[in-house]
Amino acid sequence: MKTILLATLSAAALMAAQPLMAKTLVYCSEGSPENFAPSVNTTGTSFDANTQIYDTIVQFERGGTKVQPALAEKWDISPDGLTYTFHLRKGVKWHSNRTFKPTRDFNADDILFMIERQWKESHPFFKVTSSNHSYFNDMGMPKLLKSVEKVDDYTVKITLNQPEAPFLSDLAMQYASVQSKEYADAMLKAGTPEKIDQDPIGTGPFSLVQYQKDAIIRYKAHPDYWAGKAKIDDLIFAITPDASVRWAKLQKGECHVMPYPNPADLDAIKKDANVEILEQPGLNIGYLAYNTTKKPFDDVKVRRAINKAINKKAIIDAVYLSSGVAATNPIPPSMWSYNETIKDDPFDPEAAKKELAEAGYPNGLEIDLWAMPVQRPYNPNAKRIAELMQADLAKVGVKAEIKSFEWGEYRKRMQAGEHQTGMLGWTGDNGDPDNFLHTLLGCDSAKTNGSNVAKFCYQPFEELVTKAKTVTDQAERERLYRQAQVIFKEQSPWFTIAHAVQLKPIRKEVKDFKLSPFSRHVFYGVDIGK
Amino acid sequence: MSTDTLQAPAAAPSAAPPHPLREFWTYFSANRGAVAGLVVIVLVLLCALFAPWIAPHDPNLTNNAVFLKPPFWQAGGSLAYPLGTDAIGRDILSRLLYGARLSLVIGIAVVALAIVVGIVLGLIAGYFKGIADIAIMRLMDILMTMPSLLLAIVIVAILGPGLMNAMLAVAIVVLPHYVRITRAAVITEASKDYVVAAQVSGAQTIRLMFSEILPNCAAPLIVQATLGVSTAILDAAALGFLGLGAQPPTPEWGTMLADAREFVLRAWWVVTFPGLAILITVLAFNLLGDGLRDALDPKLKR
Amino acid sequence: MLRFIFTRLSLVVPTFIGITLLAFFLVRLVPGDPIETMAGERGIDAARHAQLLTEYGLDRPLLVQYGKYIERVVQGDLGKSIVTRDSVLSEFGQLFPATIELALCAIIIALLVGLPAGIIAAVKRNSIFDHGVMGISLTGYSMPIFWWGLLLILLFSVQLGITPVSGRIAVQYFIEPVTGFLTIDSLLAGDIDAFWSALSHLVLPAIVLGTVPLAVIARMTRSAMLEVLGEDYIRTARAKGMAPIRVVALHALRNALIPVVTVIGLQVGTLFTGAILTETIFSWPGVGKWLIEAISRRDYPVLQGGTLLLGVVVMSVNLFVDLLYGLINPRIRHAK
Repeated sequence: MKTILLATLSAAALMAAQPLMAKTLVYCSEGSPENFAPSVNTTGTSFDANTQIYDTIVQFERGGTKVQPALAEKWDISPDGLTYTFHLRKGVKWHSNRTFKPTRDFNADDILFMIERQWKESHPFFKVTSSNHSYFNDMGMPKLLKSVEKVDDYTVKITLNQPEAPFLSDLAMQYASVQSKEYADAMLKAGTPEKIDQDPIGTGPFSLVQYQKDAIIRYKAHPDYWAGKAKIDDLIFAITPDASVRWAKLQKGECHVMPYPNPADLDAIKKDANVEILEQPGLNIGYLAYNTTKKPFDDVKVRRAINKAINKKAIIDAVYLSSGVAATNPIPPSMWSYNETIKDDPFDPEAAKKELAEAGYPNGLEIDLWAMPVQRPYNPNAKRIAELMQADLAKVGVKAEIKSFEWGEYRKRMQAGEHQTGMLGWTGDNGDPDNFLHTLLGCDSAKTNGSNVAKFCYQPFEELVTKAKTVTDQAERERLYRQAQVIFKEQSPWFTIAHAVQLKPIRKEVKDFKLSPFSRHVFYGVDIGK
Repeated sequence: MSTDTLQAPAAAPSAAPPHPLREFWTYFSANRGAVAGLVVIVLVLLCALFAPWIAPHDPNLTNNAVFLKPPFWQAGGSLAYPLGTDAIGRDILSRLLYGARLSLVIGIAVVALAIVVGIVLGLIAGYFKGIADIAIMRLMDILMTMPSLLLAIVIVAILGPGLMNAMLAVAIVVLPHYVRITRAAVITEASKDYVVAAQVSGAQTIRLMFSEILPNCAAPLIVQATLGVSTAILDAAALGFLGLGAQPPTPEWGTMLADAREFVLRAWWVVTFPGLAILITVLAFNLLGDGLRDALDPKLKR
Repeated sequence: MLRFIFTRLSLVVPTFIGITLLAFFLVRLVPGDPIETMAGERGIDAARHAQLLTEYGLDRPLLVQYGKYIERVVQGDLGKSIVTRDSVLSEFGQLFPATIELALCAIIIALLVGLPAGIIAAVKRNSIFDHGVMGISLTGYSMPIFWWGLLLILLFSVQLGITPVSGRIAVQYFIEPVTGFLTIDSLLAGDIDAFWSALSHLVLPAIVLGTVPLAVIARMTRSAMLEVLGEDYIRTARAKGMAPIRVVALHALRNALIPVVTVIGLQVGTLFTGAILTETIFSWPGVGKWLIEAISRRDYPVLQGGTLLLGVVVMSVNLFVDLLYGLINPRIRHAK
């Protein structure tokens, strides 16, 4: 029995370590994409798979949040901020596959198709694959858009109902990826409209060669890419859900880039001479929200006292390890308008006790403390954090009861305001402070059971963030947001916990890989050496 | 089973042969594996009972100074933590000792639950036959068609993760075995003369089932129960490993393994010892069950 | 014989209906709903939530949903995954070959090692070899395979570096799926390197998955052989001076194989259970992992369809084994 095994194993041994072909980059991705229809995708994993294939009208600069031209070469914005005219790039070539060869270049029809597919319920593609165009809805497009017109083949005019400063950033997001209208028409005629979301045709730097669920995604460089052919020839996503296994593969050279390393492996990764770790605070925030409409947290003194009672550093050290930095403001430090002059509340249980007494709770109080049941990008272990907070709070006489629900249920109940205090967080969509300060703390989303789970609706703050939404002058917007953060800290609707840091181990032979603040993995522009 | 079994019904002990228990022990003790299994089980039981006294540390006490210390015989290890520490500085030996309690409780509780429900259903099916029999046995067939772990996972998903729910899920999954065995034994026994005689003399159905038939089905059930403990421990550990069983920081062995998985490349001991504990305990119960079967099964007696 | 086949087949329909009931209603008892789960932090407003429920047909009374479901199942439509919007059948079709390839290899390993070990143990009863085989097989039977898998990875992949850590084949090989079995597809493509790569990826998971069946087969073979070797005709054959090897090979083995075949058939359910764990550990892209993921995402159609399909596979294999058993063992056939 031994000999059989040994024979098989030694045969295997011969094959285990084979060099990869030149100019092939392997990315050990963490999971399978939902599908290749960016307009209905909800996970970063899907966006990673799609961002290689598709282009958007405008795009975020590589490694940043600044918006730059993509399919639109330039654009004009009317002085009232209501009309956007996009001048489209000419000579942009589509990919082709076995069933479809494009006969024309990209043009305005494709832009209209992209928007109408998600916007108009009567559109033949509205329900294809899914009618759940979540990001299009979440970014408020149905309410915002007034009309989308084709002026000529290479000019598109979009009119809004009200000025919206982050509109360009919204259009750079993945849900606004442009698919081929010609392909869609052909597939509709063939009676298989869903094909466009399974065998994707895009204008992006890489075209899809093969996808095997839970195993592999294969791309090859698009030779006619409008910005020039990618430096690597083949791009492979080796789907590897287990973080330690990803690291083992990276170590062996079976892949070149890996996302989401296991914090426990970081020491070993740092010691490996063939690997370096790229690091950047992500566009996210993990927080504990106080329900400002419920006793005792309607009282700002109580909120501020509790802020002082919790040991933030201990939480970072024990739970985030080196993958998080303590958060002071509701927006991450890498975002423009971050107010670095604001001081965080000190950890001071004595002061907290005193302030609680002043607020009318000399004998302490009983509260609930909600912790989500799942790991999130901004919070690796909410239950463990809750246990640490519980212990801290007990020391100032606050008895906290930890509660949890099934994840979907949990978020729904938090949004309905059933909690007194509860943990949640946010990952930024478009790099605009509006996406944090207005979406998470504005009156609108407090009233409609939206993302404002602190139910924070404070006029001075509200005025600043709604004004910043309509002003197009960047410096003025920055001033408004900086001021809003001061008010946030005074009012303390949250205990800001941490910003998770994106850690990306890559092999040394990978050249010019840039971290995306949105945690996207973009491989155009990346090269691989020997 | 053949009708010319020489085994005397327990209800009518005869004078000449040795006491059944002594006879049993003679057969059992001849089986070295079974005795070894019994010894290990007793040891595990002692560990579980005296865990608070023999464990060097509190199983849930974390110590920031000793993250991932290796066992004492490796460089860097110390006798203060004989089997090393886990990622947040808890003593692995202490956790294993406390874990023995959980594993034994899981094994016994699951089997007890499955046996009680299984006996009732099996008796009903075997004794009344007809619709009741068909309904119960069909249901059991269906339960057995589903991959057992998948069924257990779905049940835990419904009830929510946790030790109690995991135990309940495993009990449901193993239930069909007990129902089948009871039913088969009942059908064999019910056709025998002593039952027919009792029936003729007007004994009540329920009394008959429990006082006459059940004791005579005991042997296969005891064997199945012993082997069932090992299955239960394994299944519950598998659920724990998938994050659906006992929740951290409970020192259940499967849960410890799940917690340790991320350190598999860095610290072999956090992965090795909990698994070894599971293997040894399960093996012991299997050895014991094998021995019991040989000693109780009249077919192999000569 | 026909009557025997008929009675066995007549049990299939109620069992099948039972499986659909179990798969459908059990899955619906799981708290949470797929739309809320997919919505993540941003959530979804009540109106769109209701609209989507309608679109997925989840707003109707459960019994009506079940009726619709059965209607479509009978037509071979198991619905679409709520997460990927791909048809459940097509996803199953993509992933099931991986599971089958793994399971078949596991069974082959179990047979190659278990059968001879059991036979020799029986022939040399009470020898050291016999005790060794019995001891090892009981250990294998007691093995928590999720731990066993981790240990093997630790030893062979990490320490010795002779087997790959996870996956089905090294990424540089681009094999078009024909049968879905990468070992076969690579040979069809004439790429011997790819074949070795696929095989080297398969070895560890197959050993892990094959451990318990191996133990069961070895033990079963041994006890079946012992029983047969004690029969009169074998003693006669021996007394007549037939060579021991011929006695074992010609007479004993053939009869001993009957219960062994049955046991192998009954291991199918156990194999799928093992596959769930093995696939999780080795990141093996099969149906086990797919179902686990479906539970956490509350993807009802996948969970229902997957359970149903697996149930049907187990049921069919059991039925096949039953019939086969009836064929080779006349005693069973005439009993009823």
